[in-house]
Parts: sequence; C-alpha cells; structure tokens
Amino acid sequence: MPGHAEAGRKGEDVRSDLHVNVQLRKSGGRTVDVESKVATYYGQSITATVEGVLDALAVRHARVGVDDTGALPFVIAARVETALRRAGVTSDGDARPTRTCVPLAPQRDRPRRSRLYLPGNEPKFFVNAGLHRPDAVILDLEDSVHPDEKDAARLVVRNALRCVDFGDAERMVRINQLPVGFDDLEAVVPEAPHVVLVPKAERTEDVRAVHERILDIQRRVGSDTAIWLMPILETALGVEHAFAIATAADTVVALTVGLEDYTADLGVTKTAEGSESLYARMRLVNAAKAAHVQAIDSVFGDVGDMEGIAAWARRSHALGFEGMGCIHPRQIGPIHDAFAPSTEEIEKALRVVAAFDDAQAKGLGVVSLGTRMIDPPVVRRAQRVVAAARQAGLIADTGAAGSKG
Amino acid sequence: MPAARLLKNALGRRVPSVVNGREQVPFQGVGVSRPAGSKHGPPIRSSDDFPADGNKCVTDLATALERCGLRDGMVISTHHHFRNGDKIALQALEAAAQLGVNDLMWFPSASFPCHAPVIDLMDRGVVHHIEGSMNGPLGEYCSHGKMRGLGVLRSHGGRWQAIQDGEVKIDVAVIAAPTADAFGNCDGSHGPSACGSLGFALADSIYADHVIVVTDNLVPFPCVPWQIQGNNVDCVVQVDSVGDPSQIVSGTTQITRSPDRLLIAEYVARFLRDAGIMRQGFSFQAGAGGVALAFVQFLKDMMKEDGVRARFVRGGSTQYLVELLREGLTDYILDGQTFDLAGVASIASDPRHVGTSPFTSYNYHGKGNFATMVDATVLGATEVDVQFNANVVTHSDGVLLHGIGGWQNCLFAECTILAIPSFRDRIPVIVDDVTTITGPSELIDVIVTERGIAINPRRQDLLDRLSGSSLPIRPIEQIKEEVEGILGGPPQRPQLTDEPVAVVKWVDGTVLDTVWKIAT
Repeated sequence: MPGHAEAGRKGEDVRSDLHVNVQLRKSGGRTVDVESKVATYYGQSITATVEGVLDALAVRHARVGVDDTGALPFVIAARVETALRRAGVTSDGDARPTRTCVPLAPQRDRPRRSRLYLPGNEPKFFVNAGLHRPDAVILDLEDSVHPDEKDAARLVVRNALRCVDFGDAERMVRINQLPVGFDDLEAVVPEAPHVVLVPKAERTEDVRAVHERILDIQRRVGSDTAIWLMPILETALGVEHAFAIATAADTVVALTVGLEDYTADLGVTKTAEGSESLYARMRLVNAAKAAHVQAIDSVFGDVGDMEGIAAWARRSHALGFEGMGCIHPRQIGPIHDAFAPSTEEIEKALRVVAAFDDAQAKGLGVVSLGTRMIDPPVVRRAQRVVAAARQAGLIADTGAAGSKG
Repeated sequence: MPAARLLKNALGRRVPSVVNGREQVPFQGVGVSRPAGSKHGPPIRSSDDFPADGNKCVTDLATALERCGLRDGMVISTHHHFRNGDKIALQALEAAAQLGVNDLMWFPSASFPCHAPVIDLMDRGVVHHIEGSMNGPLGEYCSHGKMRGLGVLRSHGGRWQAIQDGEVKIDVAVIAAPTADAFGNCDGSHGPSACGSLGFALADSIYADHVIVVTDNLVPFPCVPWQIQGNNVDCVVQVDSVGDPSQIVSGTTQITRSPDRLLIAEYVARFLRDAGIMRQGFSFQAGAGGVALAFVQFLKDMMKEDGVRARFVRGGSTQYLVELLREGLTDYILDGQTFDLAGVASIASDPRHVGTSPFTSYNYHGKGNFATMVDATVLGATEVDVQFNANVVTHSDGVLLHGIGGWQNCLFAECTILAIPSFRDRIPVIVDDVTTITGPSELIDVIVTERGIAINPRRQDLLDRLSGSSLPIRPIEQIKEEVEGILGGPPQRPQLTDEPVAVVKWVDGTVLDTVWKIAT
C-alpha cells in the first residue's frame, strides 16, 4: 500500500519499546491513536512526542497508530521518524529530540580498558549502561542490527547521543562497512560521538574514507569537535596492514581486533585460551605501539564464565593490550581489575613521578631515583600508570597506593 | 451495623471507620496502639467427645465441614505453604458450595494466582469476601469493586494479632499437611508433598473453633515431628494430593540476571559492609525476589573475605541461605517460609535450620518478637515516596497487586533497606506520595536503587557511618528528579474513586491506608 509503513516492535516479550503504524493520506488531517501500558502516567506525553515528529516533518495528513510498552521519549521519536521515512516522507525537517545531555570533552589518551557493546536497535539497554561505569559504551550499528533495521537503529542511536546520559563513559559508535557506513556517519557525526569504530578495516583507504567523510560532514554542520577512530582488524589482510591502518589518519587513537571474523577468515576455531589468534593480537600490539596508539583486545564471549574473562583479561594485559570489549556489564569489573596496575607497579610509578616532579622543581635536566638515572620513557610510563591507578580508584588524588577493593 | 465514615489517620490518610461491620481504629503512629483485655480463646472442649483410639478420619472434606458445623456467613481459613501449588483452599470452598453454604469469609494466610477460581465462588455467592492478600486476577476483581465486602490486607504478624485479639474469629480452619496421622498431628517437612514449615497454620490450629487437617500422606500415629498438635484437631481427611511442591518454587526464587538489578544487589551488600552492619555475629533477613537473593551472593563473598560469620539469618529459606549454613557462614537459619526445594530438604535434615511461625517472628501481641532483633532486612516495594513511605500492595495505577506478607513486620529490623529499581519501563518508582502506604517512613532507613542510595534523614547515624564510603549516597529527591528527567517529566496522576475496596492494616490492627476502587 503506498504511504503505509511500520516500525518498531510489539509482542509479549517487548518492553520499553513501541510499534508504529503509519498511513499517509492526501487529506483528512491527522489522527494519532496511542495504546500504551504506561498511558496512566505518560499518555499525554506520548501523544505530544508523536505530534512533535509529525510537525517537524510537515506531515499534515496521516493516520498514526502507536502500541507502546513504556518506551522513553527519544525512542518514541526515533520509531515514529523511521516509520514516516519508510512511508516515503522526504522532508528535510529536523525531527531530532531536544538535546538533554552534554557529552564530555573528547580526550585522545583517556583510558579505554572496557568498552560495553550495546546493540543499536535495543534502546532499553542504553539508559542504565553508564551506571556500570565502563570506560566506553559502543552503540553498535553493525553486526547486532538486522540488515532490514539499519535505518531504525541509526535514528535510535542518533537520538540516544542527544538524550542518554552515559555518565563518564566515552561514547563510541560502530558503523557498518562502507558504503552503508556513510549513511551511519551522516546520522551520527552531527551528534559528536567521541569515537567511531571502523569495522573490517583492511587497507588505509578504508580508514581514510571514513576520516574524510567525517570532516566533510563536520564542515557542513559547522562542528570542529574531534572524533577519534578505532579501526577493527577482522581479517588476515587487515592484520598484515596493521601499522599502515594505525597511521592512516591522525585521528586514529586505537587499534582493535574482531576475533570471530578473523578466525573465520583463517578457517580455524576460536578457543577460550586463544592461541590461534596470538600472532594477530601480538602483531596488532606491536603495530599499535609503533604508531603510538592504544592496543585494544577483542571481547570474551561467554557471559556466564566470570573466571574465564578474568583470566583472558589478565593475559591480554600481560601481552600489552590496554583494554578489551565487553558484551555484558558484569564483565566490566573483572576487566578493570585485570587492567589495573598492581600495587607494586603503582608504588614504583609514584616514586618515579615524585622524582621527576622534584627534578622539574629544581630545574634539573636529569631525573634520578636513588643512584639510578631515569629515562624519559620510564617517566612517561610511570605517569600513565599513576593516571590509570587514579582512574581505577586505587590511589587518592594526592595519596599513596592503597589496597584494591 | 454502624455507618462507615472516612476518618483521617496519623499519616493523614483517609480510612473507613467501619470495615465489614467492625468498627476500626485509624493508625495512630508506630507503637502507639495498646489494646487491653484478654486474648481470644476457642470454646472449651472435652477429650471424651473425641475417639479414644485417636482416629479422627472422615471420608471427605464436605463431611468434615458438615461435622464442624459450617454455616452461612462463617469464617473459613486456609494457608499458603504450597504457594502457587495449593489445591486444598479451592477444594474446601468447593466442598462448602456442595453443602449449599453461602456468604463465607475466606481468610487465607495468602492467596496466589492458582486461587483465581475463587472469583467464580464470589460471583455465585459462596464466598462473600476475602480478608487476605489478593494478587493477579483476585486483585483486579477487588480493585474494580466487584467484591461484596471490603478486602482486608494484613501482614503475617497482623494476621496472628487479629486472631489473638478477636478481630477475626475463625470458625473452621482447613490445614493442608504433607504428612499427618489420624489423630491430627501433622508436619510439613516430610512426605511426597513436603513444603517445609507449616508456621502459617499454627495460629489457626490453636484459635479456630474447628480444625480440619487434610493430608495426602497419612502415617500411623505418631506423626513425628509434629508441627501442628493433633490435640487441636477435629477431623482428618485423606486426599490424593494436597499440593504441588514444585510450585512452591515461584519465579521470585531465581537470582536475577538483569545487570541493573545485580548492581542494586551489589550496592546493598557493600552498604551492609561499609555501614559496619556486616560484622561477627550479625544477623539479616533475606526475602524472596531476585535482588534479595542476589545480594546474599555478594555479601557471602565479602563475609568470606573478611572472615565474618552471621549468628542467624531469617528467611524465606532458599538454596542460597542453605549454602551459607553449609559453608559455615551462619550458625542458624530461622525459617518462616520455605521458598524452594533445597530449603525443604534442609529444614527436614539439618537441626540448625529451624522452622519459625509468625508468632515467634512477628506477632504484635507477643512479649516481643524476632523481627526487632534482626540487624538488617532487605525488602522490595512497588513505590516509595520522598518522605520514605513505601507501598507494596498496589501498583502506582492503584490496582491491588501484592499481599503484605511479612514485609511490614520485617520493617522493625535495626536497619531496613528497600532494594528497588528507580523506574520500571517508563514507570517511576520514587514518587511524591505513594498510592497506598504499606510501611510508614519512620521505619524505612535506606532505599537502594541502581542510580544511588538514599538514606532516611532520620538516620543521621547511618549517614555518618557512610560518609567515607565510595558508594553513591544521594538525597532521594535528587534521584527522583534524575529519573523524571529520563522518563520525560513527572507522570500524570492515576484517576481513583472515593470508594474503598480494601484496607491495609498496620501490625497492631489499626488502619494504615485505604485501597480505592479504580476509575474505569
């Protein structure tokens, strides 16, 4: 039927989402029918949100049916806009919800120990994600989103970047492979995510194309907020090009690896201890360090295996990675523990930093600790350890190392 | 019958002056009411009137009810040891219907979704009204004003209080027992339908005019141990099955997998540690419900880490409490209600796992009770307000949803913690005024949500003890505002009528609040 479309979800298991049914028409004005399990509390608000999107996209004649299971306003707006777009509304009106959340300033070298994957079309998981204190959240538009729902997820993620408070977490978006990824960038770049993850990066061109499109969109919308890139190496070729990819653009801040696709590309089975991917991971670590970007590990897939993830994360830290992905908030704690510096490391680092500060204060060019001279790289490393320890809450702002816990 | 008026109680809530023909005392404040006089007693009996060979068996429930003199308008009681697996309450009421008896007051210790057919018995006139918890379909029925009398919601302790002070006179108590002898001694910890403790039936066995024991496992005298004494029992009826013990495990006895609920549980455990409540020889109460079970797991790790052992744990026993006992992390479980089959097995075999009753644990007319001796209790709620009042009986749309259970009684612990999400879907849990007050603010010390922990300003001592903690301690108003920001502003208020459909009793028998008929 021309001018008819649906979006969103309904059904027994659906919570905090909605289903929208739109029929555009030539005349007859607008009718909006809202069924909601929270109608007692927010019935008027839901109708107002729907009307607001219709106004913004200049839809004057339509029948709109909403079946709501307690969706938040940013989700309602995204679903309604998706249905209208699918029905053929082409207005370039701005239907974005009012921005209620100001993100933290971008920071190139911040800790990225944990990044929590959030499926882009599952907004009910967004709103409390920051409470679990990951270093970053990833709003995923790629593998966790069904190909038929890419348009819907894009608008949900765009609206979430405006409205959801992710706390201190860095806001990352994983786009699709190009060219679909270009559409993702058009939607999300104006909302200034901190990091864009570039999937299946194999060549420098893959990264440069994303980098240039970001700059292009930013020029159009008049933004100069830095957006960092984290390419994901997921193929044998990508791993071969690790250093070139890490240096493909000056906005690359980290390299990471996708082991599901990588092991598939190699034709081997992915195991819990990971020896089949050791070469790729070490190659990545070396390339990242050579390029002065962070080396970030893949995810650990078994949510129920808390000892497994702790062991993986400890090994990963020992190999030189600075963080890894997580697919469940309960994985964040073990990851932060594993990537946190040990008490001995912290104490040594504090002594080095103190010696450096002392030398600076005295105007000395040479830093020494006891009878030993300290090289500048050792000082930089110590400063990073102290910063990481502070981030992990292992030292007070001015105090010495305390015990963990 | 005196005419009912609406009176304002000490919390400013409007409550009816008369409920089901009985004059009421509005709530006066915690610990104010001091009823005088003697406790209620059943009629004097003579042992010569009962068979010398001790055989009290009759052929079926209808015969037993007839022999006990069941008539129109009487009070018939049953118990919820089988939770959603109970078969006997419905069989007893159907047997009453067979006898042509009408207008009964059903006085269950709790009702469950399996009792929905009582709606039909109310429509047919067999049951006049229910004084006991009403959930699911029964709650809907009552909330829409379809019940002839008013619902009366009491805590487990309040039920004992109402029986002892004569507010409710039970004519016939029907006790489902997993094991019994022909004399009427009976026990819940053994038999094919073992359910654990029979504590909720104890008051009925002592104070009812007539007592019927129904069992599917009749053993030769003596039934040992006996939780209920046959000396209080009139008749014994044998049936094929008293209940489905697999159904005593409800959904509320699984640990939650929700990351947000687990975060709340972790905050609860850390609070107990940081407040210094978790210390050598301490005690706590853990109910059913995902968060309440999960905090025990977090606390267990912290207890091991600090080498701390509890003197006793009160439950709601589940496998998680049984593990504490087995691992030497508590000396005793004091068990009011056995929630899962691991609990059932433990209470039958471990002398350190002790059955309790609402008399020992909760009763207002006792010379003290255990609940006030517990260091910390962790409970749920459907709503709380910024004054720290809490609601467990209605949803915020005003529909009757849950019974009170032991919730009110547990509020008397040294530190009462409500562990709740700050919103569900798009429904705020922290509100300006709760729909129905089930627990007054002066007894609610801490509210733990996924967005932070609010401490009642009355508990300056707790605020001081937590001042150096890394936990997110926040004013309750701040959490409420943050949630309203997420949800898109404050909610509209639900439309309710001025017509009472039920009352919520306080533990002392006074009327705490009214449940109003919902507008349709």
